[in-house]
Amino acid sequence: MRWDSWSDFWAMGGYALYVWGSVGVTALLLALEVLQARSAHRQTLAQLKAERAVAQLPIEELM
Amino acid sequence: MKKTNWFHYAAPQTFYGLAGQAWPWFAVLATVLMLAGLWLGFAVAPTDAQQGEGYRIIFVHVPASWMSMVIYLAMAFWSVLGLTFNTRLSGMMTRALAPTGALFAFLSLWTGALWGKPMWGAWWVWDARLTSELILFFLYLGYIALTSAIDDTRRSDRAGALIAIVGAINVPIIYFSVKWWNTLHQGASVSLTKAPSMAHLMLWSMLLMALAFWFYTMALVLYRVRTLILQRESHATWVQELEEVKP
Repeated sequence: MRWDSWSDFWAMGGYALYVWGSVGVTALLLALEVLQARSAHRQTLAQLKAERAVAQLPIEELM
Repeated sequence: MKKTNWFHYAAPQTFYGLAGQAWPWFAVLATVLMLAGLWLGFAVAPTDAQQGEGYRIIFVHVPASWMSMVIYLAMAFWSVLGLTFNTRLSGMMTRALAPTGALFAFLSLWTGALWGKPMWGAWWVWDARLTSELILFFLYLGYIALTSAIDDTRRSDRAGALIAIVGAINVPIIYFSVKWWNTLHQGASVSLTKAPSMAHLMLWSMLLMALAFWFYTMALVLYRVRTLILQRESHATWVQELEEVKP
């Protein structure tokens, strides 16, 4: 371990803003991208399910 | 030897299944490699003699920049396949790659600015490396804007393929910019022809992160292409018979 304490680690030798600004934004954007992809997939599946449900209805109910 | 028919795997129906099996493995690999890379880079790797702890930005900056270039080349590759063989999957792959490429291009610029400020004294300079990377980011945005503006998928794929192929000229320009022009941006720390000019631990942390981003991209792109396949093939019988679509 290179660090004497947690506060030492978070301080990054005075470069905290730059180092954590880089790592933090990268982590945040990757996480958001994953969530976005997942919600898009779920939405697509939900829509296909809905379309199928309608397709299976007996014809009288659609009139 | 039996000849493999690659077009078989390019059929959306087959690829949907293959991608569905592959992406979770890539996601696990990406997570493990990322944890290992972060541990090595932030807990084990030594302080840099010149840049102190500030150099640790390299562990996200370089892998993000590499991926931004690799993804664009991958888009150009799929576009060439799409235009030559007229395979449906090509356009979907190109489209699935674009958002992740744009994200990495943005992160390259963002982390670069955060690195430039303490080391050069400026968030941004109009030097060849930075400018060509900015152009790459705009090419991604241009691709996304153009393809989403055209409703007809075949025409939209073709127009997008043209941007992807023509814009690929910019990738070697980014890569060699530090050699061709006198730039403020430093030269390559790692190249194919020379021994790397970095301490081993730093180098390994960076390579682990690069590998992690690579697998992250593969997992996410395969996941996203499945969504696109479902959307585009929604009226095909095989989609309607999928277990996950049963009401």
